[in-house]
Amino acid sequence: MSTFDSPAFRRFVETFADRLHERRDELTQLDSAIGDADHGINMDRGFSAVRGKLDELAAADLGGFSKGVGMTLISTVGGASGPLYGTFFLRLATSFGDRASATPDELGEALRAGLDGVRQRGKAELDDKTMVDAMSPGVDAYEAASADGMGAALAAAATAAAAGRDRITPLVARKGRASYLGERAANHQDPGATSTTILFESLRDAVAES
Amino acid sequence: MKKLMNAADDMVDEALAGMAAAHPDLIRVIEPNVIVRADAPRQGKVGIISGGGSGHEPMHGGFVGTGMLDAACAGAVFTSPVPDQMLAATKAVDGGAGVLHIVKNYTGDIMNFELAAELAQAEGIEVTSVILADDVAVKDSLYTAGRRGVGGTVLAEKIVGAAAEEGQDLAAVTALCQRVQDNVRSMGMALTSCTVPAAGKPTFEIGDDEMEIGVGIHGEPGRERRKLASADEITEALLTPILDDMPFSSGDKVLAFVNGMGGTPLIELYVIYNKVAQMCADRGVTIERNLVGSYITSLEMAGCSITLLKLDDEMTRLWDAPVHTAALRRGA
Repeated sequence: MSTFDSPAFRRFVETFADRLHERRDELTQLDSAIGDADHGINMDRGFSAVRGKLDELAAADLGGFSKGVGMTLISTVGGASGPLYGTFFLRLATSFGDRASATPDELGEALRAGLDGVRQRGKAELDDKTMVDAMSPGVDAYEAASADGMGAALAAAATAAAAGRDRITPLVARKGRASYLGERAANHQDPGATSTTILFESLRDAVAES
Repeated sequence: MKKLMNAADDMVDEALAGMAAAHPDLIRVIEPNVIVRADAPRQGKVGIISGGGSGHEPMHGGFVGTGMLDAACAGAVFTSPVPDQMLAATKAVDGGAGVLHIVKNYTGDIMNFELAAELAQAEGIEVTSVILADDVAVKDSLYTAGRRGVGGTVLAEKIVGAAAEEGQDLAAVTALCQRVQDNVRSMGMALTSCTVPAAGKPTFEIGDDEMEIGVGIHGEPGRERRKLASADEITEALLTPILDDMPFSSGDKVLAFVNGMGGTPLIELYVIYNKVAQMCADRGVTIERNLVGSYITSLEMAGCSITLLKLDDEMTRLWDAPVHTAALRRGA
């Protein structure tokens, strides 16, 4: 497949929602070690709300669909994850505009816009031990591989996101509640980087299915 | 877990409904979980709103009324409210003179308030924000999310609320709020943990002979776990870092606030205050005003926090101004 359309976006959102639900306790467990023990609960609540309105949201063009997902997350997730994932989908929406489908390059531009939005909202940089450490290498890998097609680029992105998630496990956090822990946050896997890796894996698998 | 509750999921909604039923002359509660001053919006008056996770009562909802907050947004227990709430609050209190958001420094609160401010501005309401970050237990550096917003928030809400009540404009109340932030320092401690209703078990384990120094208001870890000590030693452990951080020095006039964390009786808070007064006197610091009681809590956690605010004449005058809210009432 060489374009990303509304059915593909819907499969992506459904897959992400399913996996967040399945891995809810794992994400919360990771968060209880270095945060405030609610990441899985909050993400599952938000994506359950998205799932509940999927028919309504999917009726819009690609931009409208993504905007609807973003607004729903902002209204239902709370904490830091709501604004961060909400902003990601809102920036995707702006980048998609009123297109019915996106080419591999256009999807890359949208993912880059989403990453920029997350960085601005969270004011996090690489090595702060946050979701940016999975998302940034994911987007870089997508762009580097996009000439090979959307499927190959998304596979590269998911692999790079997972590697980013694992790379920061030994680090001390510099943003979010984990930063209060100082050295005690080292050698714990980051929950936000974990859910972001699930996002890229869901995107890869949703597009591969078509 | 033993609590006066029906269902954990209904606790915040039912508490807000109870507040509305108890104080119809002061407040009303609008969807989605926003406590609004009964006579809002007041034309020409700057609106002052705050909010945060529930579980810190009476902050913030108990401070809505004349001379303090115009609205407060109540999130789930210890979870930031969502932007829809701050947007609804901002619209409900906007009297055409703009709205100030008083935000405690937690990553979630900051981002949700920031989004709400952008949405409100897109609707033509002028919004400014001041972030309270007064907890000296957390290192203020580029390598953390920064200091937590704790007891100083209560003092800021009172002083800034009075300024808005007497008609100061948005730029003036914003600058004043920042001045309070720049001059206030706090630190807290816990004797026991607290239990988040939805979690059903204590947030942290602590022995009968232990205490946590430098604790946050959500049961976050503090600077260190120590053997239980006397009230005087605890006061020294909290007040010395506060005095040294600012630093407060001879000749300074301050407001001293001794706060209970939810599970500590007033008799113990006065024992703490007694030592605070001695230590300030020893340093030549004059306590011009004080507040003793449980105003920013962490559910049923036992423990206390100490806050010192370096006063100037305007802050003192505004602290003394009339206030009528559910939790704080004076001269009105």
